[in-house]
Amino acid sequence: MTRSSARWLALAVALLALATLPFWMIGDYYTNIASQILYWAIFALGLNVLVGYAGLVSLGHAALFAMAGYTAGLVLEAGHGHILAIVLGLTASVATSAVFAVLALRSTGIGFLMITLALGQIVWGIAYRWADLTHGDNGVVLHGYPRPFGLGIDTPTGFYYLTFLFFLLALASMTIFVRSPFGASLRGTRDQARRMTALGYNVWLIRFFAFLISGLWAGIAGLLFVYYNQFISPQIVALQTSAEVLLMVISGGTATLLGPIAGAAIVVIMKNVVSAYVERWNLVLGVIFVAIISFMPEGLVPGSIRLWKMGWRALLTRKKALPNTGAPPS
Amino acid sequence: MPADIYLWATLAVNSIAYGGLLFLLSAGFSLIFGLMRIPNLMHGSFFMLGAYLGAQFLSAGLNFWLAALLSGLAMAVVGGLVERFLLRRLAGQELAQVLLTLGFSFIIADLCLMIWGGDPIQPSTPAGTVGSIRAFGLFFPVYRLVLLGIAVATAIALWALIDWTRLGAMIRAGVDDAPIARVVGIKVSGLFTLIFCLGAALAAFAGVIGAPILSVYPGLDVDMLPLALIVVILGGTGSLLGALVGSFVIGFLYNFGQAMLPDLAYVILFLPMVLVLVLRPQGLFGRMLP
Repeated sequence: MTRSSARWLALAVALLALATLPFWMIGDYYTNIASQILYWAIFALGLNVLVGYAGLVSLGHAALFAMAGYTAGLVLEAGHGHILAIVLGLTASVATSAVFAVLALRSTGIGFLMITLALGQIVWGIAYRWADLTHGDNGVVLHGYPRPFGLGIDTPTGFYYLTFLFFLLALASMTIFVRSPFGASLRGTRDQARRMTALGYNVWLIRFFAFLISGLWAGIAGLLFVYYNQFISPQIVALQTSAEVLLMVISGGTATLLGPIAGAAIVVIMKNVVSAYVERWNLVLGVIFVAIISFMPEGLVPGSIRLWKMGWRALLTRKKALPNTGAPPS
Repeated sequence: MPADIYLWATLAVNSIAYGGLLFLLSAGFSLIFGLMRIPNLMHGSFFMLGAYLGAQFLSAGLNFWLAALLSGLAMAVVGGLVERFLLRRLAGQELAQVLLTLGFSFIIADLCLMIWGGDPIQPSTPAGTVGSIRAFGLFFPVYRLVLLGIAVATAIALWALIDWTRLGAMIRAGVDDAPIARVVGIKVSGLFTLIFCLGAALAAFAGVIGAPILSVYPGLDVDMLPLALIVVILGGTGSLLGALVGSFVIGFLYNFGQAMLPDLAYVILFLPMVLVLVLRPQGLFGRMLP
């Protein structure tokens, strides 16, 4: 069996396992955690468009995520239907992305990160301080779920399948996106912005569209989040959320399709496990951040493989007792 | 309308004092950014941890100003250690350095919550600066004037250091072009550590002397960090004059905003930043960074 067909087989098995998850999972609690992992994975895939493929690190994505959730929540609260809430929620996310993009794309690199951080804080400020609109710290409470095509999504299994559907959509669209000419030109702007300009590409516009795509998926994830929790509060707009989703992307490995998904699984599981024992999630989050950046900057999955290989090679070289044990070729 | 004038004057004094505090916080942030090319996302944590340490010293019975200086000294050591042993390992990888400081800000925030709990601590105003003085028929709280005096003195000292000393010339050379500064024999890495210590100490000192006004509470770090960020985007990175002007602009906007549009005060703070980004991305007093 060749390497690539083995990979396809593994992917097919994984997708089959996910598709049948509610049937073999031992309880609703775990099905719910799987739903959480999937919508965070959608969010992380969206952020990865910018971080991985455009080389633009955003620390304001929680704002785009929360924008959809808050808008939908407030529209529902005003007595409108789910369809309007969802459409307006996504519109709000994409519109906010456009504003963020126009301002943040004045700069790249560290400047981009700083500006997105500051813009994210503005949205946090609105969610937290503009109490007349957003109820401040009390947040917005939802009542009830939509019934798409008459299907109930108010059970753990029902909601899981809804999330799974959107996850498949995200995964498929990312796969197409990465291989499309647009994806290639986006990677071009990441690696050689000047040459892309010289070749006649509009680098700014390419980055702008990448930001919109990223914001759209953040919005979709935000809607799933708010329907899952039936609640949204300023806490979700805070810098911690942006940092968490960024951690998912970089811990799994940027610019890969499966990296952000693995990262989402790792972070969500870790958060649930840690929170079950101690109330020290922020401490753990910080420690993981520092550890990953110091020791495995390329991500947990590739990093573990590298460390494993290095250890393996060290073992082999010792066995053979080679005279020349220089640095292993990287 | 004497009542109105009284309100305006109080707001103005508060704004100026707040601006002074912001200057102490953002001067170090701006210098670190200018020299090392990274926004130090744990700068708000220095401010908060410094304030908590100061409150701890105060409860041990220390003199207020001594507590502030000691806290500044302690944070200088912490800052130096972080720079020397962690940021240094990632030299040249700016993104990794920023994310490292972000990780540390979470660790420090949670440790502070663990040690000092969730209740805000508000140290009392130091002896000798309680009350207010009367001038032109208006009352001015003494402590806020003292804050302003400290900020102005620090600004002058920093300006003299940067513009008039050999060390300052070396720092300016590092801000302008670190590789060339290295070539002519300036130990830029030593400057990094020095500036990081100085920035941490100033932030912690500001945290302690700001505590009687702002009080110390969990979340103070994320309240202050964006302010330093806005000041630096507004004034231009690495520019002391920019930090000074930016601090007072934000000080006024914050206090007047709070009084007039309390719901939107926080959002209004960011408006000048947005304007500057659109019209003059390098900041009011900044030069284009390469």
